[in-house]
Amino acid sequence: MSQRQVLQVFEQYQRARTHFVQAVAELSARPQNIGTLRDAGVISLLRPLLLDVVPTIQQTAALALGRLAYFNDDLAEAVVKEDILPQLVCSLSEQNRFYKKAAAFVLRAVGKHSPQLAQAIVECGALEALVICLEDFDPGVKEGAAWALGYIARHNSELSQAVVDAGAVPLLVLCIQEPEIALKRIAASTLSDISKHSPELAQTVVDAGAIAYLAQMILNPDAKLKCQVLSALSQIAKHSVDLAELVVEAEIFPVVLTCMKDSDEYVKKNGATLIREIAKHSPELSQFIVNAGGVAAVIDCIGSCKGTVRLPGIMMLGYVAAHSENLSMAVIVSKGIPPLCTCLLEEHEDHIKAAAAWALGQIGRHTPEHARAVAETNVLGTLLSMYMDIRSSEDLQLKAKRALKNILQKCTYLPALEPLLHDAPPNIMKHIVGQFSKVLPHDSKARRLFVTSGGLKKVQEIKAEPGSLLQEYINTINNCYPEEVVRYYSPGYSEMLLERVENYQPVL
Amino acid sequence: MAALVRLETRLSRLREEYFLKNRSVDEDRKIVYKAAVKIQSWFRGCRVRAYLRYLNKMAISIQKWWRGYQSRRYFRKMIKTAYFIMKMNFYNEMAVRIQKRWRGYYVRKYTHNYYALKKYLEAISLNNEIVRNELQEYAEMNEKKKKKKDLEKKEKEKKYKARKMHYLLSTEQIAGIYNSPFRKFPDPMELLLRQSKPLSHRQQQPKSPFTYDLYDWPTCKRPPAFPTGEPLPPIGRQKPQGPFRDAAEVLRQRYKPLEPTLRVAASISSPLEKAREEMKREEWRKCIHDNEFLPFSSYHKNEKYELSIHASEKIGKETYGIKHFREVQPNKWIAGKNSCIS
Repeated sequence: MSQRQVLQVFEQYQRARTHFVQAVAELSARPQNIGTLRDAGVISLLRPLLLDVVPTIQQTAALALGRLAYFNDDLAEAVVKEDILPQLVCSLSEQNRFYKKAAAFVLRAVGKHSPQLAQAIVECGALEALVICLEDFDPGVKEGAAWALGYIARHNSELSQAVVDAGAVPLLVLCIQEPEIALKRIAASTLSDISKHSPELAQTVVDAGAIAYLAQMILNPDAKLKCQVLSALSQIAKHSVDLAELVVEAEIFPVVLTCMKDSDEYVKKNGATLIREIAKHSPELSQFIVNAGGVAAVIDCIGSCKGTVRLPGIMMLGYVAAHSENLSMAVIVSKGIPPLCTCLLEEHEDHIKAAAAWALGQIGRHTPEHARAVAETNVLGTLLSMYMDIRSSEDLQLKAKRALKNILQKCTYLPALEPLLHDAPPNIMKHIVGQFSKVLPHDSKARRLFVTSGGLKKVQEIKAEPGSLLQEYINTINNCYPEEVVRYYSPGYSEMLLERVENYQPVL
Repeated sequence: MAALVRLETRLSRLREEYFLKNRSVDEDRKIVYKAAVKIQSWFRGCRVRAYLRYLNKMAISIQKWWRGYQSRRYFRKMIKTAYFIMKMNFYNEMAVRIQKRWRGYYVRKYTHNYYALKKYLEAISLNNEIVRNELQEYAEMNEKKKKKKDLEKKEKEKKYKARKMHYLLSTEQIAGIYNSPFRKFPDPMELLLRQSKPLSHRQQQPKSPFTYDLYDWPTCKRPPAFPTGEPLPPIGRQKPQGPFRDAAEVLRQRYKPLEPTLRVAASISSPLEKAREEMKREEWRKCIHDNEFLPFSSYHKNEKYELSIHASEKIGKETYGIKHFREVQPNKWIAGKNSCIS
């Protein structure tokens, strides 16, 4: 055989390999083919192709593996079991940038499914190689490496600690400063995943100087980047007062408030989350936010959104109002109560309704002024119906009951209390009657109104155990009125009168 | 004698009589003695009792006076303490009144200052209004920007389409599809086609690196310092025939601003220069000796001795400058010694 013929055989084989690997890569881009590919044993076939002499075949094989592992966690486990990972890790340090990108993609795809797979990746020493990739010149390689680290660090705090110990954080902070938007996005998302697990990890991220760069990037017009940056800052700020103060010192207010008016829903949600995490720690931080006009921005945001996007904003109002009565009054003055009431009425999800009920309870529980402001919007009836509704979840019932109790204990606004007299269960009733018994002895107009609106009648109909608190309240109310009036309204009065008529001896 | 007999007879009775008399006297004496003892004892008793009574009375008297004295003292002390307590109560009450007033004032003015709270809440509402307005403006601005971008994109697309479909323009003979003869006036697309330049098959010029959109410079806040656009060509210009460079390029080069070096830009007697001269002069003035700092004492021992010029050259006077003035290198000569070429 001539030399040419020998070489032709090799060429054919190379062409076949290239064709196979490209076809598999294209097929694996569509999720419906994954099952068939898996049954055909594609992983074991792709494995030797990773070591191929031709660089394009290697890269395409790595790309195909990555796509397969991305969609399916069985395949990801198969990738781990076939010992492909050590080979990938070795080649991460040696090969060109296309291969590095593809290898980083495979590691990301394997690491995203579960903590065990991510642990397997860490154990084969991939973290050091990925961190070395973070120092590469090509932004695509950096992006792939940062994304893989992010998916690994997402699962739990041990894996995050492993990523931090590999020295990733300073390099990620450098990546954030790069001009490419995609790289900034991924780096911000990775920092967010690292710092969300524990205060120490968040402190490590802060010590690398990340806050200043993240704060600058809030001004960037790209919506996805803003999302990630706000999420990163809120994960840092949520752990402790000091971290929250550090975030505030980076002068994010009032710039963050512009995020609340962004057209993207998730930017609004993450902005509200960030403000919530800062406000929940201490009254001083809440005061600062109120002074910067944050409450108004959040209220407008709640008014303009629907669904889960509102939830962080509602919780933020609750936290601010919970700290002190001045802050609660500030929330009321900023017209915070109407959006919360609409939330209660309109939303379908129980947890959002529960959050709105809790927030209203926090606003109204401080003084009679606050309770009056809440009661004037006629939201107490809604809260009561939510408490009584058997279809509401336990959490919603509990929160509605607590909110109702807190508000009722301070409420002296009688027109709002009267409708509740008719429907309330006994444990709520005693608070309502208690409030009446506190107000009626001093106010004659209120007494008159109470009688004409049928409240006195209702009170007489309440059965209470003698000696209980409820009975005492009822007695106090009865003592406010003359004897005849009380008797007139007590149940069975008409029968009693008729009996008297029957027994009467006419005077002739 | 008879008396004696009588005496003798009495004598026998005498002893009895004597004995009886003695006995009766004895008995009387016993009785009398006992009576005397009784009387005496009674009297002594009376005397002693009287004495005791007297002593008792005296003791009572002393004790009475003493107890009276003590009680009066105690009473005085009680009165003093009662008075003191009354005074203290009075003071306490007055102090409570003062403190009540002061605390009410202080709390109302500083801790729970109603008016300050009211002002604060008003300020908050004002601030909220301002923030809301600003945010509204920001949102509107964003909306406008987006709309403008969309509009511009649409316009660009339309224009590009018109350029591509330039062949659909109507001619004198054939009315194009956008210029139907039954219409009163031609379609706007027709007008657009008339205005647009036909798209040639020539490759598009590569985009100048200076015409980036500001959005694509995420790290730069300002555009680059050199001119981003091409300078405008003069009006009514006839393009000269021949291989001339583009007029805009020529003008740009001709009117390129001067970029002097730092040395040129800095003045001759700039304060920096003067300061440097000053510093050098100070150094020269302060310098005590020219020996360089030798870290170890044996440092100079390793110094190589440098020969002077006379000693390093060959013996005898230098001939250059006296005997000959040219440098010759005979090994490079091509021809002989007396030739002109060297």
